[in-house]
Amino acid sequence: MLGPNGAGKSTLVAALAGLAPLDAGRVAVGGRVWEDVVAGVRLAPGERRIGVAFQDARLFPALSALDNAAYGPRARGVSRAESRRRARAWLERLGALHLAERRPAALSGGEAQRVALARALAADPEVLLLDEPLSAQDAAARSAARRALAGALAGFGGVALVVTHDPIEALTLADRVVVLEGGRIVQAGDAESLRRRPATAWVAELAGVNLLAGRLVAAGREIFLESGALRLAVLPGEVPIGAAAEAVVPPHAIVLSLDAPRGSARNVLRGGIAAIDPRGDRVRVTLDTRPPLTAEITAESLADLALSEGSIVHAAIKVTEIEVFPA
Amino acid sequence: MRTPRLVVGLAALAAAFFALPLLGLVAAAPWRTAGSMLLAPQVTRAAALSLVAATAAVALGTALAFPLAWVLARTRFPGRRWLRGLVLVPMVLPPVVAGVGLLAAFGRRGLLGGALEAAGVTIPFTTAAVVLAATFVSAPFLVVTLEAGLAGLDRRLEDAAATLGASPARILATVVLPGLKPSLAAGVALAWTRALGEFGATITFAGNLRGRTQTMPLAVYEILQTDAGAAILLSVVLLLVSLLAVVAVRGGLFRDPA
Repeated sequence: MLGPNGAGKSTLVAALAGLAPLDAGRVAVGGRVWEDVVAGVRLAPGERRIGVAFQDARLFPALSALDNAAYGPRARGVSRAESRRRARAWLERLGALHLAERRPAALSGGEAQRVALARALAADPEVLLLDEPLSAQDAAARSAARRALAGALAGFGGVALVVTHDPIEALTLADRVVVLEGGRIVQAGDAESLRRRPATAWVAELAGVNLLAGRLVAAGREIFLESGALRLAVLPGEVPIGAAAEAVVPPHAIVLSLDAPRGSARNVLRGGIAAIDPRGDRVRVTLDTRPPLTAEITAESLADLALSEGSIVHAAIKVTEIEVFPA
Repeated sequence: MRTPRLVVGLAALAAAFFALPLLGLVAAAPWRTAGSMLLAPQVTRAAALSLVAATAAVALGTALAFPLAWVLARTRFPGRRWLRGLVLVPMVLPPVVAGVGLLAAFGRRGLLGGALEAAGVTIPFTTAAVVLAATFVSAPFLVVTLEAGLAGLDRRLEDAAATLGASPARILATVVLPGLKPSLAAGVALAWTRALGEFGATITFAGNLRGRTQTMPLAVYEILQTDAGAAILLSVVLLLVSLLAVVAVRGGLFRDPA
């Protein structure tokens, strides 16, 4: 679930969890009604099989990270030893086993979120509600944390609802994206359909993110992503050579110039401008590469470069700005 | 803002105001005969009764204060402010008035006197009366600290525990009580020292019977009539015990707000 700040994302999580009573409507999961205002049905939070990873983690300060993660099974009558075994397994899966003996006060924001995620998963829920699960990860750890989360979600059998305001997270984690704005669903579908027909300006922002599907190949000492006619030098992360991969290129990471740039960027493409799409003081420039790439530049630099549709430009992309994921 | 010297000077004067009576007592105490005075049977019995009664009063007070603090901190109902006032007023009431009130409630001719007599229970002028008097004046400290503690707890943690299927009892044990520990410690320290020092309500409601209702403060008062030196010595002991209790746990409150 994607949406700008204030769209109602956390409220929806609270409503699904049973922490905020509905004024109208109905919550049903797998044919079972959890809440129905008209019928007067309302299951307490503990009667819904949910695992919530709150944005602010909400770990219990008096318990170690391990006992936090073991809290769900313990509360439902599983023995202490078995609860801790499950908790350990999830902590390990999320790369947080070394934190097991720590108290929440001794965890960073990102570490606390990982423990909170383990706590939600160890509860063995039917529905997993993750509210901005990566918001506290620092930039350096973010893509590793995202991969760990993607792996954990792949191993989870139920429905996972991931709330985020980061389009890259939505594109890389979700099978289906729901966009919430002003408390209403403005668009829903898979990432590709949203990109093709954005219903609102905010979805268009999301659609502007370049998502390239392809395969990793090694040539000399470098690794490249081959996607259509494009061949981009990338840092492969944990994706093996030869494997199918996806790469995300943020539009602001593409630098346009008329002459070939002399900077350090290893990826320099030459292409014609297919479309120019002004948005306030920013301008989206789409290149006729295959697949097309969209760059975002300021209106000022558009004027400086005197670009128009059909102009030939050089596009430079730093290797470190491209994020690679397993497809 | 840096602390102005004037404030430091005034604080030193204020500290002296509180320290001087203690220093005066220490200076005036007959330390050479201290051993025999402190081991006199009247003193040891009063000390033992004081310790037992203050501890029992804190236990009873906590049992009374916790539900009251919960209701005051977490529910809204008409008359809530009056209830809080009613519960806190013993803190500022002259203790002798508290004693008269306790007699009017639990005395033989009091509101519950008939019922208690029918049940074969006599409270006034017994050790139980000592505990009730101490509870009446000390429990408000527990209500104040526990209410503040409950109001300061992050309710969202309790929500998180509820989503994981925890019963109210488990939430209480794993989330609420650990969070209340600093407030409870502060409340216990204040209430225990207040109970230890209780005089007016005790002498009015429980009397001054050696071995049964004579606590340390009552013993100090009685001994003062005949042996001022011994009374001073006992006063020093009471002061030091109270000081230790307050320092030990109030310090903990400020260090550990989590």
